[in-house]
Amino acid sequence: MELGGILAYLVSLAIMAGIYAVFCLGLNIQWGYTGLFNIGIAGFFCIGAYTSAMITTPMPTGIYAQYVHQIFGFNLPFVFGLFGAALVCGVVALLIGIPTLRLGEDYLAIATLGIAETIRLIFNNEHWLANGPRGLMGLPQPLQNLVDPRHYNYIYLAVIVIILVVIYLLIERAIRSPWGRVLRAIREDEVSAAMSGKNIFSFKMQSLVFGAMVMGIGGALYAHYTKAISPSVFTPLYGTFIIWIMLMAGGSGNNKGAILGAFVIWGLWIGTKFMTDLLPYTLKARAPYIRFLLIGILLEIILIYRPQGLLGEEKKVSKLIE
Amino acid sequence: MLEVTNLSKSFGGIQAVRECSLEIKQGAITGLIGPNGAGKTTLFNLITGHYKPDAGNIIFQGQEIGGLLPYQVFEKKIYRTFQITREFAQMSVLENLMLMPEDQAGERIWNTWFKSSKIKQQEKQIKEMALEVLRFVELIDLKDEYAGSLSGGQKKLLELARSMMADPILVLLDEPGAGVNPTLMKKLIANIQTLCADKGITFLLIEHDMNLVMNLCDPVIVMSEGRKLAEGTAETIKQDERVLEAYLGGQYR
Repeated sequence: MELGGILAYLVSLAIMAGIYAVFCLGLNIQWGYTGLFNIGIAGFFCIGAYTSAMITTPMPTGIYAQYVHQIFGFNLPFVFGLFGAALVCGVVALLIGIPTLRLGEDYLAIATLGIAETIRLIFNNEHWLANGPRGLMGLPQPLQNLVDPRHYNYIYLAVIVIILVVIYLLIERAIRSPWGRVLRAIREDEVSAAMSGKNIFSFKMQSLVFGAMVMGIGGALYAHYTKAISPSVFTPLYGTFIIWIMLMAGGSGNNKGAILGAFVIWGLWIGTKFMTDLLPYTLKARAPYIRFLLIGILLEIILIYRPQGLLGEEKKVSKLIE
Repeated sequence: MLEVTNLSKSFGGIQAVRECSLEIKQGAITGLIGPNGAGKTTLFNLITGHYKPDAGNIIFQGQEIGGLLPYQVFEKKIYRTFQITREFAQMSVLENLMLMPEDQAGERIWNTWFKSSKIKQQEKQIKEMALEVLRFVELIDLKDEYAGSLSGGQKKLLELARSMMADPILVLLDEPGAGVNPTLMKKLIANIQTLCADKGITFLLIEHDMNLVMNLCDPVIVMSEGRKLAEGTAETIKQDERVLEAYLGGQYR
């Protein structure tokens, strides 16, 4: 492979890692700081991607309308897609939170996992909603007329980096304050936080909704990168568990760690693909499963030898105290 | 100040508190004693909103507080500590205290983005208050340590310090002396007495250490089988036949 090819490959790798970093930041609010056991990230991923897709594409007309069904199509710019995805995910999180946040953490995990699968199956089976299993295609990309399509990924990487930095700064500001201090107290001991006068339900809800909105933006970024989405993308493995592994590896409760974890694990995930390419022919058919195994072993190693992740949690919560 | 009338609570077949009635007077340090399973901690949980009463009333300063949620009880300026300390282990001692003041501007997420100077100013005030409290309970040298790494006795002091940050009117202490060495115990007793005398905080405390109860508490209420058995000064309680029977046993006879 020539140098240009390698560079282009690294850029595409960085784009996916950057998108996953957005999800990690969202999960870090919920799990890292508040202790909300959300294993239904894929649900918000899915809703964010579809919402942005439908906001930015026009309603199909003429002969297309016979083949493509979608509930709405606004044909608005990319930015509206991002905000729309965040907003819809926030509302969905609110509705999910009302019954589930009163559950203990294990039950919350089961509920969110079930809800995420339900969402995926709804998009798969209800053709009128977003074209069922065939999904949506031809999603627009921001600033796509600026450069030759072959080099477009550089622009998209810049877009992702900017959005990632803005989200990081917003979260860091909110968490490193008395607000984040209450979240950490809830994570440490919910009963004691309640006895200290904090409205637990309200703070948990804020954390769930804020995290879900960030995940919605991640979903939108993914949709406009691949330009085509279908329900088969939003599976528990790629939509939820790999994000958990990234956060665990990078450092739960540390926003820099969340981003670092996304890049390291995505790099390893792609790296294992190259490794399995070297396998003898007879084992190649089993390569995908060997990759799962390798990632699983890696997670075990992290949890045993470095449970706090690459970057551990910082001791001081509020940065506003000097 | 706090009036409990005909309060009942049962868990399945066990009636933990049965038609219990008692009264806590303002400015006093009231001791609550009784055998295991007498319903003392359940009574605390009912007062602080951790459980909902099955029947009966809890009146605090003329208002019914039975059935409120824990944070709503806190808003009435009632604070409690736990038998087994419940500090926020992965937070520093200082931030354990700084969490306490209610209704901080920085607890609203919008303010963290749009009103950071106001929050900074408030954080400074809260920090000074916390440092003062830490000096009072002599935990100042440990302010940047994780609360989880303190010793058992120091955690008890931390609980007391947290209650001071809450600016309470009534503090319920669940076995403040359990697991505390004699030196630290003296400090704890002195601190409670100072808070009661100087800040006018009313205390209600559950304790099995008779030494602490007899030195500190007046009056003493004895609970047995979910209701009040007797009430009086430490001296009269020691001579009460029913109390001796139910709880104190022969050694005080």
